[in-house]
Amino acid sequence: MSTLPPFQTLLDEHASEVLGVLRGAVGRDGAEDCFQETFLSALRAYPKLKDGRNLRGWLFTIAHRKAIDHHRARGRRPVPVAEVEEVAVTDPEPDDEIWQLVAALPPKQRAAVTLRYASDLPHNEIAAALGCSPEAARRSLHEGIKRLRKELA
Amino acid sequence: MKDSLQRLAARAAEEGLLDVAYATADSPFGLLLLATTPRGLVRVGLPNQDPEQLLEDLARRVSPRVLEAPAELDEARRELDRYFEGELEHFDLPLDWQLSDGFQRRVQRAIARIPYGKTRTYTEMAAKAGNERAVRAAGTACGRNPLPLVVPCHRVLRRGGGLGGYGGGLPMKEGLLRLEGVLDD
Repeated sequence: MSTLPPFQTLLDEHASEVLGVLRGAVGRDGAEDCFQETFLSALRAYPKLKDGRNLRGWLFTIAHRKAIDHHRARGRRPVPVAEVEEVAVTDPEPDDEIWQLVAALPPKQRAAVTLRYASDLPHNEIAAALGCSPEAARRSLHEGIKRLRKELA
Repeated sequence: MKDSLQRLAARAAEEGLLDVAYATADSPFGLLLLATTPRGLVRVGLPNQDPEQLLEDLARRVSPRVLEAPAELDEARRELDRYFEGELEHFDLPLDWQLSDGFQRRVQRAIARIPYGKTRTYTEMAAKAGNERAVRAAGTACGRNPLPLVVPCHRVLRRGGGLGGYGGGLPMKEGLLRLEGVLDD
C-alpha cells in the first residue's frame, strides 16, 4: 500500500504558493481556473503516484502545464514587445505590471522566472518542473530576466 | 484562498474524487474529527486522539484522496449536536464499516444496536458476536471501534458494573453515560 500523505497536506503546504505562481504565469483572472485544474488533475492522479518524495515539484509541474494550456486555449502567443504596455494598461493594479510582463515572455522563460521568483525554486527543481537540464533552466531564466530588464528600462 | 479550496472540494465531490472527506466538530468533550466516504461515515476521532495520525491512517487504509470538506459532514455534525443536547437518541447516518472486519466487526455491529440509555457487558457482546468466551476479544473490538459515539461502545461495561475502558478516556465515558441517564449526575 501507499505511504502517500493525505492529499489535504499538499493543499495546506503548497496551495497558496501554487496560486501565487499561477497568478504570475497567467494573471489574476486565469489563475483561479488554472488552480482548480491543477489540483483536480493532481487529485485524479494522486493514488497512483509511485514516488511521494517530491510532491511539491510534482504539483508545480502540473501547474506549469495548466498555465501553458491556459495560454494555448486563449490562443495567446508571446506578445511582441511593442504591445506589452498596452496589455499592462488593461489591468488596473500597478503591482501586477511586472507580472504582466512576465506573462508575455515565451513559455519556457516565463515558467523559469515564475518558478524562480514567485516560488523560490532552485535551478535543479526548476529544471525538473520544466523537464529540461539545469543548464537549460538557467539559460531560460537568464534570458527571461534580460528581457524583463530591457522592457522595464 | 478559502473560497478556492471550498470550490475545489465541491468539484472533487462532483467528479467522484473525494474518497475521504473530513471535518472537525465541536463537542462538550472537545474537538471531534469526522470522516466520511461516499458510502457513509467511516471514522470518528475522539478529542484525545491525534487528528493527524487519524488522517494518515485513513490515507493508508482507505485512500490518500483525503480532503477537508465540511459540507460533506453537515448531517453527521447536526445529529451529533442534537445527541449532545440530549435531543437525539438514535443516529440515522449511513455507515461505512470498511475499517473493521471479522469478529471485531460483528461485535461493533452488535454494539450499534444497543439502545440509548441501556448498557451491556463485554460478555454479552462476545455472545452476540457468536463466541461468548471471547470476552477479551470483545473488549478489544470495543477499543478499536472506528465509529465511537455513533456506534455507542460507551454503553458496554464490565460485568458487575465496572466501567471498563474507553478510547476517549474514562471521564468521557462517564460523561456520556450521565448524558444518557445511566449514571446519576
